[in-house]
Amino acid sequence: MSDLIASPAGGGAAELAANSSERFYVLEHHPENGTLLGFWLYLMSDCLVFACLFATYAVLGRNYAGGPTGAELFDLPLVAVNTSLLLLSSITYGFAMLEMQRQRLRTTLIWLAITGLLGACFIGLELYEFAHLIHEGAGPQRSGFLTAFFSLVATHGLHVTFGIIWLVVLMVQLGKHGLTSDNGRRLMCLSMFWHFLDVVWIGVFTFVYLMGVLS
Amino acid sequence: MSGHQHQPGPVRNEHPTILLPHASHGHNTEADHGTLKSYMTGFVLAVILTAIPFWLVMGKVFTKSSTTGLVLLGLATVQIVVHMVYFLHMNSRSEGGWSMLALIFTAVLVFIMLTGSIWVMYHLNNNMMPGMIQDLQQEAVPGSIVPGTPIEPGNHTMNAMPGMK
Repeated sequence: MSDLIASPAGGGAAELAANSSERFYVLEHHPENGTLLGFWLYLMSDCLVFACLFATYAVLGRNYAGGPTGAELFDLPLVAVNTSLLLLSSITYGFAMLEMQRQRLRTTLIWLAITGLLGACFIGLELYEFAHLIHEGAGPQRSGFLTAFFSLVATHGLHVTFGIIWLVVLMVQLGKHGLTSDNGRRLMCLSMFWHFLDVVWIGVFTFVYLMGVLS
Repeated sequence: MSGHQHQPGPVRNEHPTILLPHASHGHNTEADHGTLKSYMTGFVLAVILTAIPFWLVMGKVFTKSSTTGLVLLGLATVQIVVHMVYFLHMNSRSEGGWSMLALIFTAVLVFIMLTGSIWVMYHLNNNMMPGMIQDLQQEAVPGSIVPGTPIEPGNHTMNAMPGMK
C-alpha cells in the first residue's frame, strides 16, 4: 500500500542533503478510516465466536437427555415479537444515521433513544423467557441441548446489552460535544455492531427456534 | 465504511515534497450511510424474509420437516445478504476491498468449522453406537490399545440414554 518514488540513485548523503529533490519518498496510503476497518475485523472475529456457539448447538441441539425438547419449550409468538423488535431497532438506528448525515442533533438523539428502548425491550423479553425456562426446570444444566441453547442465545443477549450501554454512552457524548467527526465515527462503529447483532439473530431465530420446533 | 479513495496521480507525482494530505474529516461520512430509500428497501425485504419462515413453521405449510428446514436455511442466507448490503453497506469497494476480503475469509472459516464439526460429530455418534465397543476391542491392532484398558465410555452410555439421539 505504499509507493516509492525513486530519484536517480548514486548520491552520497551530503549530496542528498544538498539537493533536497533527490530523495526517496515513501507515501503511505493510510486508509482514512482505519477505525472502521479495524472494527470490521473485530466483528469478523466476533462472528467466529458465534460460529463456534452455532456449531456447538448443531452438535448438541438434539441431546435432550430425556428432558424437554425445543418443540415443547419454545414460544414462537414471543420469538416473533423479539425478532420484530430487533429488526425495528435496526431500521431506527438507520434513521439515526441518516439524521446524523444531515447534521441534525435532536432527531439523531431521538432515533437513538428509540433504538435503545427497542433493544431494552428485546433484552427484557429474553430475560423473561430465560426466567420462565429456568422456573420450569429447563435451565442450562438440564441437558446438552439447553446448555448449547443458553450459551448461544445469552451470548447474543450480552452483546445487545453492551450495545445498549454503548448507545447510552454515545448519547451522552453527543449531548456534550454535538455531531463532531469523532462522534460520527463512533456512531458508525456502533451502527456496524448493531446491524451485525441483527444478522446474528437471523441465524438464531432460524436455526435455534424455528428449526428446533420442527424436528 | 469508506468508499473514499486517494486520487491517483497529480498530488503524488508533481511535488514529491508535499505529503499527501490526510483525508479531511467528515469527507467520508457521505457515501457510506446509505439513503432513506436503501434503508427502507432493506427493511421491507427483511420483514418479508422474516415473516415467511415464521409463517412456514407456525402454519405448518410443508408436511415434511426436512423441506421446511432447507427452505428456512435458504431464506436465512438471503436475509443475511440483504442485511449485509442494505444495513451494513457491504460492497467490494469499501476500505479498498479489505472489508470484503475479511468477510470472505471469515465466511470460509465459518463454513469449514460448521460443516467439519457437524460431519465429524455425526460420524462419531454413528460409529460409537452400542455394540461397537466390543468390536473395537476385538479388532484392535495389538499395541495400539493395551488389553484391559477401559475405552472411554462417554459416548456409548450417552447414546444409550433415553430420549437422546
